[in-house]
This record gives sequence, structure tokens and C-alpha cells, in this order.
Amino acid sequence: MTPSDNTFVRDVANRDYEYGFTTDVETEVIERGLSEDVVRLISQKKGEPAWLLDFRLKAFRHWQTMEQPSWAHVELPPIDYQAISYYADPRGRKRKSGPQEIDPELEKTFDKLGIPLNERLALSGVAVDAVMDSVSVKTTFKEKLAERGIIFCSISEAVATHPELVRQYLGCVVNYRDNFFAALNSAVFSDGSFVYIPKGVRCPMELSTYFRINAINTGQFERTLIVCDDGGYVSYLEGCTAPMRDENQLHAAIVEIVVCKDAEVKYSTVQNWYPGDKEGRGGVYNLVTKRGLLKGEGSRLSWTQVETGSAITWKYPSCILQGDNSVAEFYSVAVTNNHQQADTGTKMVHLGHNTRSTIVSKGISAGHSQNSYRGLVRMGSNAHGSRNYSSCDSLLLSDTCGAHTFPYIDVNNDTSVVEHEATTSKISEEQLMYCNQRGIPPEEAVALIVNGYAKDVLSKLPMEFAVEAQKLLSVSLEGSVG
Amino acid sequence: MSSLQQYIDLYRQQQPLLTKGSHPLINAHRAAALQFLEACGLPTRKDERYKYTDVAAVLEPDFGLNLSRLSLQFDPRQTYRCRVPGLGSSVHYVVGDSVAESNVLIDDGSLFVGPMVEFAQRYPDILRAYYNKVEGDSLAVLNTLLVQDGLVIRVAEGHKVADLLQIVNLSVGSVPMLANRRQLIIMERGAEASILNCNHSATRCDNLATEVVEAFLTEGSHLQYYSVEETTANCNLLNTTNFVQQKDSHLDYASITLNSGLSRRTVNIALEGSHAQTAVSGLVLANDNRHIDNNLLVVHNAPLCSSDILYKYVLDGSSTGAFAGKVLVNAQAQKTDSQETNANLCVSPSARMFTQPMLEIYADDVKCNHGSTVGQLDDTALFYMAQRGITPEEGRLLLQQAFAWDVLQRIDLLPLRQRLMHMVEERFRRGAGACGDCVMCGA
Amino acid sequence: MLEIHDLHASVEGKEILKGINLCVKEGEVHVLMGPNGSGKSTLSNVIVGNPQYTVTAGTITFNGKDLLAMPPEDRSHEGIFMSYQQPVEIPGVSMNNFMRAAVNAKRKYQGLPPISGGDFLKLVKEKREMVGLDAGLTRRSVNEGFSGGEKKRNEIFQMAMLEPQLAILDETDSGLDVDALRIVAEGFNRLRTPHTAAICITHYQRMLDYIRPDIVHVMLDGRIVRTSGPDLAYRIESEGFDWLKEENSQI
Repeated sequence: MTPSDNTFVRDVANRDYEYGFTTDVETEVIERGLSEDVVRLISQKKGEPAWLLDFRLKAFRHWQTMEQPSWAHVELPPIDYQAISYYADPRGRKRKSGPQEIDPELEKTFDKLGIPLNERLALSGVAVDAVMDSVSVKTTFKEKLAERGIIFCSISEAVATHPELVRQYLGCVVNYRDNFFAALNSAVFSDGSFVYIPKGVRCPMELSTYFRINAINTGQFERTLIVCDDGGYVSYLEGCTAPMRDENQLHAAIVEIVVCKDAEVKYSTVQNWYPGDKEGRGGVYNLVTKRGLLKGEGSRLSWTQVETGSAITWKYPSCILQGDNSVAEFYSVAVTNNHQQADTGTKMVHLGHNTRSTIVSKGISAGHSQNSYRGLVRMGSNAHGSRNYSSCDSLLLSDTCGAHTFPYIDVNNDTSVVEHEATTSKISEEQLMYCNQRGIPPEEAVALIVNGYAKDVLSKLPMEFAVEAQKLLSVSLEGSVG
Repeated sequence: MSSLQQYIDLYRQQQPLLTKGSHPLINAHRAAALQFLEACGLPTRKDERYKYTDVAAVLEPDFGLNLSRLSLQFDPRQTYRCRVPGLGSSVHYVVGDSVAESNVLIDDGSLFVGPMVEFAQRYPDILRAYYNKVEGDSLAVLNTLLVQDGLVIRVAEGHKVADLLQIVNLSVGSVPMLANRRQLIIMERGAEASILNCNHSATRCDNLATEVVEAFLTEGSHLQYYSVEETTANCNLLNTTNFVQQKDSHLDYASITLNSGLSRRTVNIALEGSHAQTAVSGLVLANDNRHIDNNLLVVHNAPLCSSDILYKYVLDGSSTGAFAGKVLVNAQAQKTDSQETNANLCVSPSARMFTQPMLEIYADDVKCNHGSTVGQLDDTALFYMAQRGITPEEGRLLLQQAFAWDVLQRIDLLPLRQRLMHMVEERFRRGAGACGDCVMCGA
Repeated sequence: MLEIHDLHASVEGKEILKGINLCVKEGEVHVLMGPNGSGKSTLSNVIVGNPQYTVTAGTITFNGKDLLAMPPEDRSHEGIFMSYQQPVEIPGVSMNNFMRAAVNAKRKYQGLPPISGGDFLKLVKEKREMVGLDAGLTRRSVNEGFSGGEKKRNEIFQMAMLEPQLAILDETDSGLDVDALRIVAEGFNRLRTPHTAAICITHYQRMLDYIRPDIVHVMLDGRIVRTSGPDLAYRIESEGFDWLKEENSQI
């Protein structure tokens, strides 16, 4: 390493996480710890009907019988579930002043994050549900969407206003028994977004949820439910950040998507939770269950994710291709730097005839990080004529990081075709040198090459997100050359 | 009683008999093996490497063991021929788990081929240095607990063995038997040898073999090790094969499963010295309700090594194929070059294939890739053949054969390759259990 | 020999052939011309029984036998050979094994015993020399790694081996340089007898200089719109298909 490289690394190492500030609002936080009483208290605070409390309690009792999973290629320290507060409401006591009136401090926070909650200032064509800690603070363009019969609101609100829909679909894709974190979420989920696209309606704007963890020592357990009825279409974006704290924060979310006949859902995530500092202190544990059911014939679902944040990521956005001729896609870029650990990928479970799925995963590891792709492709015995193509590439930027690929392919019929390929290689020194020779400094050259490497995935993101994601890749990798 | 407990109990009850039929240097490892098994138990399907094979169920039946080393009154040479035309070979038989008395022991200073107990008497220091040196899972340890004798092949420094060394393992017995086989292969500096290991059956009773092969490739040595499994549906196999490769050593390994009951092979290859090269191949032809599981781990611990892996399965009937191939590249193994291909054909609606090609990489200057496919025969090629008058059945046969031969192309010894190609063709044409020209199959 | 009556065929639900009538007699060479997408290749694929094409109406008889009722391999055994526009690559299957399987399948169909290894090799050598195919190629996998010209020559070699009664040459001339074209055409001519016939699909006159057709057909939009002597081919070479399209649209 040349001396100039050294300075460069040092410069970058001093750089801060851009979204690391905290918001000073009066937040109502319940006592730390988890018990049946806490579950009842959350349900009571949200004024929930009995069926939902019952759902939570069943999940909680089941969770108590489970153990934290250890199969992922991450070192997840034991989590003290009694040291976490399961409910934090930043609307504090001002809450009674009306559900849509928002504390100026909160509005300022979201402004600072680039998410204006004032509809006049908002990005045109994007409706936002802003969730801080355990509650949704504001949903924009709700009325405009309602004109077309589209329901876009916080899930707590949907429980009150459209209980029949929530009750029908909640837990129908991710059962509370599914896994340890899904059970935990089902017991204590706080808020999240609910979307319903009626038959034949194309949602005219991008819908998005912005998640923010603010309060200290709290966990965020949001739950998103998207139902797209026959022939409907929606593109949905999810973004997230958290303040810099030395303690680890727990985020255990569930996203469920139901896609009916000939409907199409696009779900994009740019995940930028606080990754911890250079020494690996702090950061969010992002332990998420995301799954879509391609229920109807000809339904389509595509997951696109750009994962740059979190200390630990455990996340496998999945698709159950139940309807005949359904089409599923998973596009992922996962960047890990410093001491980050990511174990992410997808599951494509083909059940219907002539179903198609595509997986494109790009892992980029730097620093001391560990980056794993884990994916399952299963062809059921009735999934005649189905196809999957998977391509998983890993790029290594340092000699202290790890890049791993764990695909699982199960084929149970003789008419399906599954193709998987993977490569792992170092960032090309020739390419770097070529850029340098043309006067591009190392950090920019890395960003350039990495962005080119991830292009297949970034191009799947909606425009507004794609630009943000590109910027994020560059920032996440700073300090990784040398 | 648990599957494992019956063997632990058997060991406790029969220890004097068992050790009497063995050698103190082999017996010396049993106490630790017992302790390990009592602490760890057998692998279960929750263990990543045993996800698709239930080992406990395989070990469940009440098998008999030939602990008192009774002579089996069975001369394989009288009844059994398994020759490779055009290749000089010295054949060594293992009947059940006893090294056949009719074998000719070779010990001429440059080459030793013979029983492990004999080797232990003649060369105690060498045996002590190599026996049971590779850490294994519970299955390998169970073999260490129960094994009494085995076969040792030692090639001295710089010696190149001209003939093919052929080992024929025969499953025998008029009651269900468990055979615990062991092979120790020592390739000294610059030594070269080719070994063909064949498994056949001479019994209609259910039986199980546990096999542990330990092979050490010292600096600059070359080893070709080919294993052909052509037994019957009632022969189950639990094989563990460990290769340790030093600097500049070359290994060619292939396992070819033409017919068997449940077959599980765990192959571990450790590349410990720089510039070591390894080529690992596997061919599986399965029909009916066969269950064939190949689990491969290649660990790169030194720089500038290469590994090249090719496994192919053709699954018919309601057979199940499982393949896991992990290439682990540790931090010191810079400039690793590794490729892995696993291609599978499911040719029947109820055949199932599970495949996991895995990469775990902790070094940055590496070139690693893997590819895996599960599919069917190419319809366009089938039609092209039909236009030339070739029936669909014949067309499928030609394509399957071509698919399988791809693996055999990697075998250097031409007569052996041709012999295996012939066996594969016969297997496709006439079904399992008809290798064509041996007495055992009755063909 | 070959009689096609009111043949309609579709691929993936789309009708391509819309009523073809064609009669080919012993000793005749027919040329099928027409712009891309007019249905020439579909017709040849339907004749040889490619399962991707569905016959929706009409009949094809070959020497009085119902061709549509036969699987593709039996059509081959009856004496129909198609030289592919893009010959299929079959990795791992050697040309020798492939041809031996084909020759023996035909012999079995004819009630003959399989050919001996020696006779087969002799036959291969004889035919190979007839079409000028390199000896090394018959030891390689079917069409794998062959150049465009080698593939086409290999098709004619296979034709020589199987001695068909009716050969369908689907753009055998495309992608060949003049020398290669001459060799392929000469090979083809050597295989002609008074009892064989051929249908030759081509865009180019130059193939016709070598093989001298008896009858030229022009296809437009799934129908044969003009049948005439060899002069028609020269007119198309100089004027293209537009005049025929116009004429046809007036009708």
C-alpha cells in the first residue's frame, strides 16, 4: 500500500453515517421486557379487536417454544429479549390532537432524511407512509388514492377501517409459526403499511414506506401487508435509516404480499439501517421475513433490494409461485463493509405449471465483512414446464472479508429446468489501473466499477431510488480500497 | 434402542474379541472413538451435510459382524472376474471386511499392498504416523470404533507403479451383515499410482458397508483413484474418503455409481501445500427408488492450488439424487483457481434432485465459479435424430450416454476409460445389474 | 411420390400454412422460393414431422402412405431426408455413433440385420469421400465446433449415408462460399437418380446454377402463388418478389 492510499483510507474512515442523528421528541416508551402482559398492553394501546389480540397471543406462545436460529452465516450474539422495549410512540402525549396532525419535530426529521411529509413539497408521484419506531406518523396522498379505491394507510388504521381485509390476509403468507423472528413479530408487531389495490386498478403513483428507528433500546417490529387484486398493479418502495448508537438495535419485520390473477407487484427496498461503526460497535440487527404469494394465474412479483446498511442482515424475500404461468423475480445488491455481516437471498418455490423465476444477486464485500448469498429454488412435483435461472456473483474488495454462496436446488419433476451459476472474483486491478491512468482516483474508480457491476440490479429500481442507491453504494464502500 | 447405541453396546460386550482380530495400533484409537460417539451421536438431517440422508435409519437394522474373523470359505478368484481389458493390473480382494486370504501380498520395498494388520507389524512407525489422522464425522468415527483390518497401499519415494492396482470389495453373507472397511494410502514424495476400487455384491441379503479411505499425497506425488460402485439394491454404502494433498501433488478422483442401494459418499479434500491440483468427478446413474448422496468438501489452505469438480447425475424411476459440493477458500489460499459444475438429468416424473454447489471464500485474489443445472434431454437434438431415423428411445439413450461420458473423459487411463464407457452403455441399454461379463450378475 | 393436399399448419396457435398443394414426382427437382416468413421452412418441417408444428387440415401422402400418421423416424425410414438450415449440435455424441444408430434403425425398419463394424466404416469412408468431408469430422461430436461450411457438408454426407428418396434442402446454400457451394451441390448431384426427388429451399439463383431444377414454386403468406419452369427463378433473382406480391394482392 502506498502512503497516499493510507491517507485516503484514513480520510474515509472518519466519515460519518449520514443519517446518524437523533430526533428529540417526547416519546412514549413502554417498559422493557416481553411477556403476555406486554403483548396485551401493545394490543390495548392500539385499541385492537379481540381476534387480533388472539392472533398475537398464539404467536407469542409459539415463540416461547422456539429457539433463535443459528444456520445463517452470521455471528448473531444472543439477544436479550427482555432488555428491549417493544413499543415506542414518538407522537408522545400530543397524540390526542388528531391522527394526521404531525409534530413539527417529526416532520423536520423526515425532511432531513429527504422524505417530505408535506404533500405540496413531496416528490411528485410518490405517496409515503412514514413510520417512526412503533407507529406510523403520517401517510400522504391517502385521499387521492382512495378515489380509485386504493387503500394505503398504516396497518393499525386498516385494522380499524378494513378489518375484514386485514383479517383475511394477515398471516396467510407468513404464518406465525414460520420462523423464530416471524413468531416474535406476529406477537409484538407495532405498525407498518397496508395496501389494497382493487380489481383492475393500476396504482397511479409509487407507494412507499419510510422506516426510521429513533428511540433508544427499542426494537422495531413493523408489518406490511400488500394485497393486489385481479389485474391490479402497484410499485412499492421501502427505505430505512436509524441513528448511530453504540448499542445494537433489533429490527424484525414481516412483509406479506398477495398477488391475485394477472396482477403485478414490484417491491423495491433500499436498506440503509445504521451499520455500526468502523470497529463493529452498534448497528441494527435486520432480521426480516419477506414473502409474496403469487396466488393467481399469470401473477407477477418482483423483489429488488439494495442492502447497504445493518450490522447483521438476515433476509430472504421469497416467492411462492402458486398460480399457473406466474412470474417471479429477485434482484439484489448487497454491500458489506467494515464488520457488517449479511446473509441474504431468496426462495423461489414453484408450485404451478409453467411458472418462471429469475434470480440475480450481486454481493460486494469489503473490510472485515462477511457476505453470503443463500437461496432455495424448489420445483414442486406439479410445477410442470417451470424454469428458473439464477446468477450469483460476488466481488471481493479486501483480503479480510468473506464472500459465500449457498444455493439449494430441489427439483421434483422431469419437465422443469433449473440453471444456476455463480462466480467469485476480486475487483479487477487492470480496471482500477485503467481508471487511475485516466485520472480517476481510487475511491471513484471503485464506485464506478461497483456501480457497473451492480447495474443489472440498479436498473430494476424506480428512477428516484436508483439515483439514491447508486450514491449509497459509493458511500458504503468508501475506505474499502487499498 | 437407538441405531448408534446397538453398536456401542456391541463394542462394549465384544471388545476382547474385536481387538483380538486387529492390531494394538488400530485398537489404540477405539477409546477416543467411543468417547466421541457417546458425546456427539450420529449426524441427523438437521446437520447441513446430512440434510438429505438419514444415517440413523441406514444403521438401524440388526446387522451381523464378523468379529471373530471367521474364514468365509469363499475364494473370489474362483468365481469373480472384473477385468479391465488391455491394462495390466494386480487385483486385491476384500471379502466382507476381511482382506482375502488368497491375495498376493506385495512388499518389495518400493510398494506395499496388503492387510493393515500385517503392515502394522512390519512398519509400526509408519502406521502410527498416518492411521486415523484426518478428523472425521461420527460416521467415520464409528468405522474407527469397529474396524478390525483394512488394506494399506504405500508407494515409496519416487516409485511409479506401472500396473493398475485394483481393489475389489465384495459384500457377502447369508444373513444381513455390516462390513467395516478401511483403506490407508500413502504416496511418498514423487510417487505415482493408479487405483481402481470396485464394489460388488455376492449376496442377496441386505447388507451395509462403512468405508473410510485415508489417502496422503506427499509433495509431488500423483494419485489417480477411481471408485466404481456396481452392487445391488440391497447393498447400502456409507463411505468417507479423505485426501490430504501436499505441495505440487496431483489427485484425480472419480466415483461412478452404476448400481447400489442407498449410497452416501463424503469426500473431503484438503489442499495443504501450494500448487496442489485436484480434479474430482462423479457420475451417478440411478433408477427405481435409489438414493445417491455425494457430499464433497474441498478446502484450500495453501496458495496457488486448483480444484476442478464435475458431477453428473441421470435420475430415472423414483430415484433421489443429492449433491453438495463446497469449496472453502481460506485466507492464506490466495490465487486459488476453482471451478465446479454439477449437471443433472431428471428423466422420469418422480425422480428428485437436490443440489447445493457452495462457495465459502475468505481470500480475495481468487477465481472461483460454479454452475449447476437440472433439466431434461434436448428436444431439438432428439428431433434432429428422429429426422435421421433414430427412434426416440435410441436417441434418448445416445444423449444420456453422451451426457454421462463427459465425466469419463476425465479419466486418463484409456483402457479404463473405455471399459467404463462400455459399462455405462450396458447400464443404459440393459438396465441396472447387468454389467455384461461377470459371473456374479449371472449375465 | 409426394402429394400434399390443402395443407394448413400452425405454430403456437398462429396459422402459417394456409392451404398448400404440391405434387413431387420421381426424378424431379423442385425449388421453393419466397420471402422470409412465407412458410417455406414451416412446410419442410411439417413434411418431416417436427412436433412444434400442428397440422390443422389437409393431407400428405408419400408413395401412397399417409405421412402425417407416422412418427418422424418412420418418415425418415420411408426415405425423407431434410438437410437443416441450422444443423443441431449434439455435444458428446460422436458422428460415427450417431450415423451408425441411424443406419441400423433404418435397416431394422427394412427388416435387415445391423451393419457390421467393418462394413459401416467402409461405407462411411466411401460417402465421406463422395462429399469431401474431412476424415477427422466423423470422429467428433455431431456438428459440435463445426464451421458453417462443415455443418452443411456434414448434412450432405448424412444424406449420402441414408440414401433418401426425397431430399429436402432447407437453405443448404446459405453461409457457403462458392467453392463449398460447388462441392455440396456436386455431392447432391451425385446422389440423384431417376427414382429420387428433391425440394430445394433457397433465396439464391447460384445454387440453381448447379442443381438445375425442373419446377420452381414461389410462396407468399402461407400459399404457393406461382408455379413455373426454371425461368421464374431468374426473374425473381433480378426483380425480387414485389411484382408477385402486387399481382397476388390484385387477385
